[in-house]
Amino acid sequence: MTLGKVIGTIWATRKDEGLVGMKLQIVRPVGLDLQAKDGFLVAVDSVGAGVGEVVLIATGSSARMTEITKNKPVDAVIMAIVDKLDVAD
Amino acid sequence: MYLGKVIGTVWATQKHHALVGEKLQLVQPLDATGTSVGKPLVAIDAIGAGAGETVMYVTSSEASVPIKTRKKLKLVPTDATIVGIVDSISIKTQFETVDSETR
Repeated sequence: MTLGKVIGTIWATRKDEGLVGMKLQIVRPVGLDLQAKDGFLVAVDSVGAGVGEVVLIATGSSARMTEITKNKPVDAVIMAIVDKLDVAD
Repeated sequence: MYLGKVIGTVWATQKHHALVGEKLQLVQPLDATGTSVGKPLVAIDAIGAGAGETVMYVTSSEASVPIKTRKKLKLVPTDATIVGIVDSISIKTQFETVDSETR
C-alpha cells in the first residue's frame, strides 16, 4: 500500500454504471515525511476519508477486494485513514 | 515475493473492516545483498515482524491470501503482506556457466 493525502473530490455524473454511488477522491502520494510527491491518482473511498487526511491506498487488482469495488472497474481504493506514522532511525 | 526491512509502523484506527486487528508496517524493499532499493511501502504484517527485521513480503492480489485464509473472508483489500521473517540469506557471488548441451 502507498501513503497519500486526499487533496480533492471528483464528481462525475456520466460514468460506468459500476461506479455509480462511489466516492472518488484525488490523492497525492506522500513520502515518510508526509511531504507531497509528484503526481496524483483517483481512488475510490471505502472508509469515508476527507480532504487533508493521510490515507492508505491499495492499487491494482487488490483495489477490487472491498464490498463496494468487487468486480467494478477500479484500480485504486482508499482502505485506511492514517492516524500516526512511526519511522525507526 | 520480495525482501524488505521493517522501518516503522503505521497506525490507522479507521480502516476497512477486513483489516481490523491487523498490524501495518512500513517496509523498505531490499535487494539480495541487503541494499535498499526503491521507495518504502506499507504492508500488512501477517506474522508479527518488528522494526529492523528483514522480512519477505508478497504483493498484488496474492497479498490478500494469508488474511483471507486466517479470517475466512472473501474480500481483503491489501496489495502487500509480510509473510516471513528472514533469518539468513546465502547467495553465490558468481553464477556457474550453464552448458547449453546439458539443458
